[in-house]
Amino acid sequence: METADVVIVGAGPAGLAAAAELRRLGVPRVVVLEREAAAGGIPRHCGHYPFGMREFHRVLRGPDYAALLVAGATAAGAEIRTRTSVTALHPGGRLELTGPEGLGEIAARAVLLATGVRETSRAQRLIGGEKPGGVLPTGALQGIVYLNGQRPFRRPVILGSELVAFSALLTCRHAGIHPVAMVEPNARITARSPAVWLARLMGVPVMTASAIDRVLGRDRVEEVVVQRSGGPQHLAADGVIVTGAFRPEATLLRASHLEVDAGSGGPVIDRWGRLSDPAYFAAGNLLRAVEAAGWSWAEGQRAARAIHAALAGRLPAPGGLRLQLEGAAIKLALPQVLVGGPAGDGAADHLQLRLNRAAKGRLRLMQDGACLVERRLNALPERRIRLPIPTLRGDGPLTLVLDEAP
Amino acid sequence: MAQTAGTAQERGNPPVFDVAVIGAGVVGAALARQFTLDGARVVVLEKAADVLDGASKGNSAILHTGFDAPEGSVELACIREGYAAYLDIRQRLGLPLIRAGAMVLAWTDEEAAELPKLMAQAHANGVGDIAPLTAAAARALEPALSPALRGGFRVPGEYLIDPWSAAHGYLLQALVNGAVLMRSAEVLSGHRADGRWQIETAAGPVAANLVINAAGLWGDVVDRRLTGQSWFTIRPRKGQFVVYDKPAAALAGHILLPVPNKITKGVVVCRTAFGNLLVGPTAEEQEDRTHAVLDRATMQALVRRGEEILPALAGHEVTAIYAGLRPATEEKEYRIRTDLAEGYICVGGIRSTGLSAALGIAAHIARLAGRGDAPLADPLWPEMPALSDEDLRDWRKPGHGGILCHCEMVTRREVEAALQGPLAARSMGGLKRRTRVTMGRCQGFYCSAELAQVTEGRLAQPMLGGDDGNG
Repeated sequence: METADVVIVGAGPAGLAAAAELRRLGVPRVVVLEREAAAGGIPRHCGHYPFGMREFHRVLRGPDYAALLVAGATAAGAEIRTRTSVTALHPGGRLELTGPEGLGEIAARAVLLATGVRETSRAQRLIGGEKPGGVLPTGALQGIVYLNGQRPFRRPVILGSELVAFSALLTCRHAGIHPVAMVEPNARITARSPAVWLARLMGVPVMTASAIDRVLGRDRVEEVVVQRSGGPQHLAADGVIVTGAFRPEATLLRASHLEVDAGSGGPVIDRWGRLSDPAYFAAGNLLRAVEAAGWSWAEGQRAARAIHAALAGRLPAPGGLRLQLEGAAIKLALPQVLVGGPAGDGAADHLQLRLNRAAKGRLRLMQDGACLVERRLNALPERRIRLPIPTLRGDGPLTLVLDEAP
Repeated sequence: MAQTAGTAQERGNPPVFDVAVIGAGVVGAALARQFTLDGARVVVLEKAADVLDGASKGNSAILHTGFDAPEGSVELACIREGYAAYLDIRQRLGLPLIRAGAMVLAWTDEEAAELPKLMAQAHANGVGDIAPLTAAAARALEPALSPALRGGFRVPGEYLIDPWSAAHGYLLQALVNGAVLMRSAEVLSGHRADGRWQIETAAGPVAANLVINAAGLWGDVVDRRLTGQSWFTIRPRKGQFVVYDKPAAALAGHILLPVPNKITKGVVVCRTAFGNLLVGPTAEEQEDRTHAVLDRATMQALVRRGEEILPALAGHEVTAIYAGLRPATEEKEYRIRTDLAEGYICVGGIRSTGLSAALGIAAHIARLAGRGDAPLADPLWPEMPALSDEDLRDWRKPGHGGILCHCEMVTRREVEAALQGPLAARSMGGLKRRTRVTMGRCQGFYCSAELAQVTEGRLAQPMLGGDDGNG
């Protein structure tokens, strides 16, 4: 069987950053497996700015940024293998895969999962109507426009106003597509969305507290019915861009022996990004949907340092305290497993949190009735919240508590 | 061999066939196969850009035994014969079969009271291997079933198949043995003169000695266009489905059937040949025969129904939704009418058992037509691509060119193959039905761009609608 020191699954920002860093740290054989025809991940088809500030101190378009990441990993001596899909994860770091030539297997001393995210589909949202062509996630739209130079429609409705809707608008502008409206189910726009000012700039009406009720048209989209407080509104449109509501692309993980966190939809990790099987690590948006590329890139670098330390036998034995969550508004918190000892070697120094709805109040990390760290909170859903990881006091149960202010 | 309608038309003289089958759904496909193998020269006329575009587009993919079909009906006879025929030929055509077995489940005392009657009916219908189940026994076999279960019985012979590969396989076998398929060929009118039909279609004229109307949702319309009248009226009955992602398939080994009522078999919960879990269909009468509109409240009700039957389904992801239309009529029985003097057979009202019964219907019609006298001595048997995870999928074989659709593990080689040959896909829907591209959990997030490239200029109904504009 083929072997490697480290196999990285996914050649996006997290995976490529980790590959380059592992080689820089002197790990001999680093293989990156990418199922797409080209490496680079999602930025590869985001043909707009701004990427790369954190990593390259420059403002780049997505494809140029992706190309730099690929070049960096390749120059560092990592092997990137495209069109290669991992089909199963086995204990101890053995992977089954299939590529253009057929089935294969590879065993690694450590495996980094960096499989990223996808958007929640129209079907998952139970949007009614017919099933014509022309209903696309942003990821598909970007690929069709930027990679193929094709135009899928001319007058789509955009669903959602997360950051990615901004990308959808830019992609439309690039392709000469004129969206009919931007529809946002929440009463207020998803936090800090530049999508809204760009929509206004492009003359695209923004409809809040509105939901797409039906998509009509037998072969192609002809009409979108939007449900609003005033009653249904019929929009003539030839497409729908279903944006955001990202979720980890965790299919492989879910089919494996590795533990999955119900809140994040990604793996359960410790401070070093180590999974329930210590041969596996994870980084990037697989951990939680969704952060920008630069954040995932930094996580990839950190994971590389952790893996390097693990290969050198420097990481503490796996295990630790499982973080309990108390507070209905907390959607996820990671790392889910904490240890009391010294950190370093790429260990996370903050907890990352997300809320599932807007909430304000007091956030406290409690152990045995004592508060280790706390902060006030007034946050919207899907915004990043951080809390420094303190020194733990023994091995009593650890609970993250959100007391909401009335 | 096949001359095209176009060149024939240029010569002013339409091609003549022994049999014209109208409608390329599963029934039309089975008829085309049957008559072709019986030695007839067959043309299949399909209104849509691709085949299986009407009632056969959305079905529950169950091979029924007929245990609950009306006693003594033609429908029952066709299901029994079709079921046996599928088992007989499926390996030669490479068609899947998952021997799941079904459970008919009672959730109320009223439903439980119906069980003995249903079991008696199953026996009367020739399905003798059924076995009663206490609620405890059923839950021992299917631990994910809700404790609210009252009882039921097991029908071991109900199986899962692919919703489309059977029809594709029947039609392809007809085509490779000499039949002709005309798509985008809506039948506009027809008349019979000198013992022969002259049919005007949207793709040109066709002549045939015998016409078989298998137009499904348009059966009565085609009836009127050809004969000036119709003896039945199609009353489309919509069925909505929700499909869960693959991990949910572990929750039900059997096909979980409800106690049926007069209108419908009711909401079924079962695995699919592709490893998902399906909940549906509803049964909703409507006028429209073109548009099957999904409705959020109904889908939510299906989700709730699914969770009532399998509580652990809560928390699983829905990955696909779809709606189909069944060609129901005023009556439950199939509407088969034979007028051999006029060279016309109408196969109408095949409401919801068409997939199971198709081969039986075809054999029945062939007998009615008095054919079968000159069967092909050595017909070709094309092998359909393996799409079920229980079979050897293409991605497990060397040289597949890489995966194009990652969710459903569809290879580039499979997509290329589906775009070629006598039954090449002509629409995006047709390509999906042949390969399953974009039908998984990401619904095209990752693969749409590459698929748009691969299919560019190769589909009669292009994937993209905004023209090919360059930026």
